[in-house]
Amino acid sequence: MTTIATGGNARAEAPVFYRTEEHAHAAGGSTLLGFWIYLMSDCLVFAALFAAYGVLGGSYAAGPQPKDLFELPLVAVNTSMLLLSSITYGFAMLTTYQGRVGATQGWLIVTALFGMAFVGIELHEFAHMIHDGATPQRSAFLSAFFTLVGTHGLHVTVGLIWMVTLMLQVGRRGLIADNVRRLACLSMFWHFLDVIWIGVFTFVYLGGMLR
Amino acid sequence: MSEIVHDKPSAGQRAANAGHGSLRDYLTGFFLSVILTAMPFWLVMSGALNGKIATALAITVFAVAQIVVHMVYFLHMNTRSEGGWSIMAMVFTLILVVIVLVGSLWIIYHLNANMMPGMDMSQMP
Repeated sequence: MTTIATGGNARAEAPVFYRTEEHAHAAGGSTLLGFWIYLMSDCLVFAALFAAYGVLGGSYAAGPQPKDLFELPLVAVNTSMLLLSSITYGFAMLTTYQGRVGATQGWLIVTALFGMAFVGIELHEFAHMIHDGATPQRSAFLSAFFTLVGTHGLHVTVGLIWMVTLMLQVGRRGLIADNVRRLACLSMFWHFLDVIWIGVFTFVYLGGMLR
Repeated sequence: MSEIVHDKPSAGQRAANAGHGSLRDYLTGFFLSVILTAMPFWLVMSGALNGKIATALAITVFAVAQIVVHMVYFLHMNTRSEGGWSIMAMVFTLILVVIVLVGSLWIIYHLNANMMPGMDMSQMP
């Protein structure tokens, strides 16, 4: 229990104005809220990049335009990869809470494969664009495009590295409390990236086709 | 206090358990997301709605709806998680995001309009 400052037993009735000890926090008890606040700050990073794209998205400098560059069927495939990886990560979390190590590892592998497919398709798209001369330095539109979509792709890549790390951790230590907490953090990160992607495919790709 | 906490499932587990969904939640979220993703793609690729403004508005509505679906069914947001602090942080962030987006687009649009070649600033009142 929290210790309250008292002026000695003899004067137990003395007024008490403050606590001398912080009350106990279990290890990791505030990690998920802290991670959520990190995600919110990340959200602000993306807001700034979306704002930059919104401002610069029409400045083609007589270069290629969204209609010349974007292939919507490919973007649709990419979007479904990320959405499928979201649901499979959800399954991984469900098996985590049931304490099934093997099933968790299996779903994490499936999730990682979908994530890798997403990054692979995106890199293929970037390579294709750069090969056609649509490089980031070609126009303000392309600078903003590569910065926004590239930052998202980088986040997904970091998420994949984190996922592999956690697979190794779970493989070595099993679903101990620390690993469950880490998996829950990655779950938030992964679903958050899917939320950002909704903004990307709507405003960058679909919106770009409407310009 | 601390002895009691250690006897229970550890803190991480408790905190995580507090806000995790069921299989039904995930499947509902996935089903809704598929519809909310397919619709805007179909609208843009088929040009079903005449007019770009109408299509742009429609896909924006679908995006907002899908973001809410993800928040509720995948991120398990509710007003109770973490004693309400999660949603407080999110509302604060949303306000900042709106200020950043609307403010930037609004101000820069007007700056752009005033900086267009051919604009003779000496004619300004």
